[in-house]
Amino acid sequence: MANQTNTGNPHVDLAYRRKKNAEEMKHQVISFVLMIALTLIAFFAVGYNEFSHWFSVPFILLLAIVQVAFQLYYFMHMSHKGHELPSLFIYGGVLVAFVTVWAFMTVVWW
Amino acid sequence: MHVEEKLTAETFPASPEKATLEGKNKFLGFWLFLGGETVLFASLFATYLALRDKTAGGPPAHELFRMPLVFVATMLLLTSSLTSVYAIYHMKNFDFKKMQLWFGITVLLGAGFLGLEIFEFNEYVHEGHVFTKSAFASSFYTLVGTHGGHVAFGLLWILTLMIRNAKRGLNLYNAPKFYVASLYWHFIDVVWVFIFTVVYLMGMVG
Repeated sequence: MANQTNTGNPHVDLAYRRKKNAEEMKHQVISFVLMIALTLIAFFAVGYNEFSHWFSVPFILLLAIVQVAFQLYYFMHMSHKGHELPSLFIYGGVLVAFVTVWAFMTVVWW
Repeated sequence: MHVEEKLTAETFPASPEKATLEGKNKFLGFWLFLGGETVLFASLFATYLALRDKTAGGPPAHELFRMPLVFVATMLLLTSSLTSVYAIYHMKNFDFKKMQLWFGITVLLGAGFLGLEIFEFNEYVHEGHVFTKSAFASSFYTLVGTHGGHVAFGLLWILTLMIRNAKRGLNLYNAPKFYVASLYWHFIDVVWVFIFTVVYLMGMVG
């Protein structure tokens, strides 16, 4: 199995793969622009003093989660097939992370 | 496919990082490592969140943090994440020189980030925010410093790969190495997104 696009003609395969890669790269640039926008919104939401922190804290946390999803699924290719075990590892880590933060904030904070 | 096979753009596989068994193992093992890194950083974030109000008379977060500096550092690191995507894009197209160029830009941007962080810490220390000042200071430097240490390690890693393979060119032996290093670099950015949100931005709103 040399590659997934066997037409039997290596030049046709190459042209096809190059085009697919270029298309994917375009999606990557779009996700980068969105990530920059999310960052700007988060900094402005905090810089703009009119919001109560009961609004701004959950809001910027949500923006961070969306941005990290872009990073994982596009930049780190988790949206591609063959990422079942990587997803298991990362979500396993996230589960432990969530429990740890939750425990520290309820047990230690009060 | 064999590791030492001489390849051309035509015969280079679509997913060179997973074309060999060794590549597949590296890919899987590295994601397991990233799961562990998630847990490591979670414990540091949890400690910081629990202790961030305990300033022991030192400057509180919203008086201390230099937000313009943090903003510029964030932009540098985010952009370096995109440039390493470009590097992997050229790797998949079997264009070794362009891959090296984009990894080089990534290293420069990462070094800029690290330089800003060192400058920032130096400023804080001069304001009395030293590591042993308070629980807030200790947990802040441990969390942000561990991330900075990861940035430094990532820079050395990518630079080492670039120098070691400069004359060798791209093959199925080193393609998984470059791929995994770029995953590491993205993960550093993932952690930074939570640091600038949870530490800096939440520190400003209290």
